[in-house]
Amino acid sequence: MKIGILLKEGPYNHQAADTAYRFVEAAIRKGHTVDAVFLYNDGVNNVTKMMDPPQDDRHIAARWDQLHKARGVEILACIAASKRRGICDEVLIEGGEITGLGTLTDIAIRNDRLLTFGD
Amino acid sequence: MENEHVKKIMHVMRHAPHGTIYSYEGLEMILIMAAYEQDLSVVFIGDGVYAIKKNQDTAGIGIKGFAKTFMALDGYDVEKLYVDRVSLDERGLSEEDLLVDVEVLDSSEIGALMNEQDVIIHH
Amino acid sequence: MLHTINKSPFSSDSFDTCIRFLQPGDPVLFIEDGVYAVQSGNRFSSAVGGMLHSNPVYALKPDLDARGVSGLTDGVETIDYDGFVDLVEAHQVNSWL
Repeated sequence: MKIGILLKEGPYNHQAADTAYRFVEAAIRKGHTVDAVFLYNDGVNNVTKMMDPPQDDRHIAARWDQLHKARGVEILACIAASKRRGICDEVLIEGGEITGLGTLTDIAIRNDRLLTFGD
Repeated sequence: MENEHVKKIMHVMRHAPHGTIYSYEGLEMILIMAAYEQDLSVVFIGDGVYAIKKNQDTAGIGIKGFAKTFMALDGYDVEKLYVDRVSLDERGLSEEDLLVDVEVLDSSEIGALMNEQDVIIHH
Repeated sequence: MLHTINKSPFSSDSFDTCIRFLQPGDPVLFIEDGVYAVQSGNRFSSAVGGMLHSNPVYALKPDLDARGVSGLTDGVETIDYDGFVDLVEAHQVNSWL
């Protein structure tokens, strides 16, 4: 099965980013394809490399970055939502990309499932 | 004409406007998706119905109003606009209180529509 | 259609709202704070029990464990993330945020 993920909530504030990540891990482990994680609303805050959590906590942006580099999952932040929240290329993780809502529509069309996580 | 590549995508508006951005950014998403010629529908449930309530004046809170933009959906060929009857009743509202021309449906009808969808996105 | 609920029923109407639109046979999965709904003997136990007459009900075990929720309403099944993926493979998804 081919899966797209829509993540609508920021990191740490809500468990959504963690649940989405765990789900993606399990799906890949079971042999499914995770095409992309599309970030919307405050979800765009997931990809700022400026976040600096305490060392004993998970680094959510680094985790998405790693997911892209190791598994090829596209990590996409909505441009309109990003601009509102100060997310731009200067703060973006290497494995992330800022793109339009048209891309989300393509993700919805080309995958068997589009799964939403959020508040 | 039946096109196997056309997906049925339902947007479920669940939040009131202004207090949070979900309704507004949900509307932005719908407007973009409308350009892709998919089978779109929009359902207003719970506080989501407040997004299309008449007589909203946001001048005093300094946030741009967007209720009227829902009226423009028709021009983007998004014609399937549904409102949950129970949500209206619970809030003491009727169809006359709404800015947009919608179809008021019972829970079972909306539930059946949901089960036909390929994708459902809540806002 | 798989329905997921991620809010405590004590603080959100997602649970009550989802129930109204649920079609017989559709599985319901409680995740995140949603798992508080399935603890036996709470205000929502009879509603969960009623749901079980016509729908399979699941709760995500890592979320139950994280919250110290045990003693679930009879009939509620626990699954892990792999089980979540299996449900998604079998059904389209309606996430009641």
